[in-house]
Amino acid sequence: MTEKQHIMIKGVKEGLVFLLDDKCEFAVLLDELQYKLEKTHQQLLTGPLVHVHVKLGTRQLDEDDKERIKSVIRSQGNLMVQSIDSSAAAQDGIATPAGPHVITGMVRSGQTIEHDGDLLLAGDVNPGGTILCSGDIYVMGALRGVAHAGVNGRTDVIIAASLMRPTQLRIADIISRPPEEWMSGDAAMEFAYLYEGSMQIDKMTQLFRLRNNPIKV
Amino acid sequence: MGEAIVVTSGKGGVGKTTTSANLGTALALLGKKVCMVDTDIGLRNLDVVMGLENRIIYDLIDVAEGRCRLNQALIKDKRFDELYMLPAAQTKDKQDVSPEQVKDMILELKKDFDYVVIDCPAGIEHGFRNAIAGADRAIVVTTPENAAVRDADRVIGLLEKEQIASKIIINRIRQNMVKSGEMLDIDEICQVLAVDLLGIVPDDEKVIKAANSGEPTVMDPSSRAAIAYRNIARRILGDMVPLMLLDEKAGAFKRFRKFLGIG
Repeated sequence: MTEKQHIMIKGVKEGLVFLLDDKCEFAVLLDELQYKLEKTHQQLLTGPLVHVHVKLGTRQLDEDDKERIKSVIRSQGNLMVQSIDSSAAAQDGIATPAGPHVITGMVRSGQTIEHDGDLLLAGDVNPGGTILCSGDIYVMGALRGVAHAGVNGRTDVIIAASLMRPTQLRIADIISRPPEEWMSGDAAMEFAYLYEGSMQIDKMTQLFRLRNNPIKV
Repeated sequence: MGEAIVVTSGKGGVGKTTTSANLGTALALLGKKVCMVDTDIGLRNLDVVMGLENRIIYDLIDVAEGRCRLNQALIKDKRFDELYMLPAAQTKDKQDVSPEQVKDMILELKKDFDYVVIDCPAGIEHGFRNAIAGADRAIVVTTPENAAVRDADRVIGLLEKEQIASKIIINRIRQNMVKSGEMLDIDEICQVLAVDLLGIVPDDEKVIKAANSGEPTVMDPSSRAAIAYRNIARRILGDMVPLMLLDEKAGAFKRFRKFLGIG
């Protein structure tokens, strides 16, 4: 397997902890789990009964999917699933949306676009225009107005724009006006994100460092 | 059936009334039958700029309230063959007429005229809604100032909502200030507003003089603003006219006049 591994298996005192990636597709995860148990980690399967704790990260699963994970693990005779947990941070119940919602048009002065989830705007946001979004904001055009990502308090969201000239940027409850050092001056697409509670701007090519979910071919 | 064009801007003082008066006059000079409508009730100016103040008998409110017929309230400008105006009332308020009433009047005027030029009051309240009610398209006047461009953007957004297509005129451009970077340049404004540019009008002292004497600027062909307004009128008729050269060198100006055949 050359691609990024989605499953980490750690040994702890009371047994094994399976740390499952929370960004990838669920089906990919199941396949990898099966592959790992059958092909690469056979040594786990030969031995006494082992308790397994499954950590899902921020992924929210229903009972059926939890049962599928259990059955994959249980199919190896000596593993026993003790628990399947999601981390508390995601308990607010924000479902990961399938993709950004796409809107075409200009947001002019006095106009406000609100969206729950990620938003992609093909057009400009003019001064006096506002975008409010619970997830990421991507502006395929000039962002000259106000963009507020993570209106419900998410701090892991970004605001990206082809031309970043905002009157104001907000992520969660951090408000920031563009000081001069933000302005790269060139026409590169940029994004804003929160780093240790303060707004940072970087070129779009650096986004993968923040998100760390490579494209799977 | 004619076409109704509303001249609006959002911000006050950018030259809506001047533009209305000059475009109306320029279209009349080009042989069109034109009626100008002043919807700035309570603060009427179009009649003053046109020099027709002393001829008002009935106004828009009188028509709306049925005290006279529409064509009784129309004032004919005797300097031209086919130029009329419907003045606003000075004593009443914008709330005294409804958008539907204005729309009906504009519809009736469109039957008789090639162009109905509607002068819109500043702001985006009731008066604005009155003015745009019967309009087929809009001319948004702005100046190369941030505040004016913001308001123009807001107005374009509101017009889009009503599905009225708008074009912009950038008024009162001072080329030397644009060159030194103290004034927004035309490309910058067009980029932000993202609508078609109908024309540019240089800042010209003759406009003030003309407005005070009640003679629309377009009647004086030695004025640069007059040429600009004539160009815009021709573009409204669908002619392809290149943008005016703003450099104040006599050479460029003369070439331009020659191009228009009036130099």
